[in-house]
Amino acid sequence: MPRRKGAPEVNAGSMADIAFLLLIFFLVTTTIDTDSGLDRMLPPIEPPTEEPPVIKEKNIFTVNINKNGQLLVEEKIMDIKNLREAAVAFLDNGGAAQGSPEYCNYCEGKRDITSSDNPSKAIISLKNDRETKYSTYITVQNELVGAYNDLRNRESQRLYNIDFVKMEAEYLNPETPKDTRDELKDKVRRIQELFPQKLSEAETSN
Amino acid sequence: MRKSKKKFRALPAVSTTSLPDIVFILLFFFMTVTVIKDTNLLVENTLPNATEAVELKSSNGIIELRIGKPLQKYQGEVGMEPQIQLEGKFIRVDELQGYVLGMLNKMAEHNRRKATVSLKVDKTVGMGIVADIKAKLRAISLLKINYATLDGEVLANL
Repeated sequence: MPRRKGAPEVNAGSMADIAFLLLIFFLVTTTIDTDSGLDRMLPPIEPPTEEPPVIKEKNIFTVNINKNGQLLVEEKIMDIKNLREAAVAFLDNGGAAQGSPEYCNYCEGKRDITSSDNPSKAIISLKNDRETKYSTYITVQNELVGAYNDLRNRESQRLYNIDFVKMEAEYLNPETPKDTRDELKDKVRRIQELFPQKLSEAETSN
Repeated sequence: MRKSKKKFRALPAVSTTSLPDIVFILLFFFMTVTVIKDTNLLVENTLPNATEAVELKSSNGIIELRIGKPLQKYQGEVGMEPQIQLEGKFIRVDELQGYVLGMLNKMAEHNRRKATVSLKVDKTVGMGIVADIKAKLRAISLLKINYATLDGEVLANL
């Protein structure tokens, strides 16, 4: 009987196959997920003694969503597809007369005196029912944010030749070098001042 | 025979001995970046689409609430109405403030200031529960919220 020379060597030829199998498993299960969504600020609770400011009716753009997901915009029924366009027209209207302190010199709208005076005065008021479906609500939110973004992009392109959305993303990215961010900060602020996002949400009705 | 074979010598084969090493490196990479879903879903959670979504920066300082109809197997306990899920358990609307403040306390100071509540709401849910949650968050001055969405055409939501 031949004597064994120590333990036999393990065949490592299939090592690559095993590793490949594991690799493929992890490849398939990996989701490098980055959460994204619509950022919103809730209004702070104001002290009850404070008088609510007086706002002219023509500076408010009312959007009502009923429980069936139908839209009532400025007292008229509207299809959700036209909402963005209507919101842009309202914000960009610039109805104040030339020479008045509220005159908007960058607006490209119709300058209708029955619509908003100035983008900084214009307020979008959103109201929904408790039974409104969340998906409808998000769609409306998305279109309204989209209207602001469209206008901000336009101004940003005119002044700095870059989209506002891109500029803001770079500004908010913590990996951007600090001096670039400081430079962007002023630009972002400037555009935000031209079209401030004034989206007010009423208490949900029953 | 042997001689002729030597004449037309083929190209030397590429050595594959380092292949396992390469594969292992890739394997370790994917093993480390993989997140196998950390919490079990207790509710239905299909997010709506949006085109104007912005990325949520860093996972620190984020409180994640999932809202939706309970899955079939939990409907016996909690019923059919939409529920809030926080870290693997159901909570009621009136318990929300306590839990959220507790989580806020556990956060690092610099994260606490930019704390954001990420609302992952199923698209079939009614706005009632969302409005209640917003009112509760407002009452504890936690004003930064984010409606989680997927990228995609919005009109597909309807």
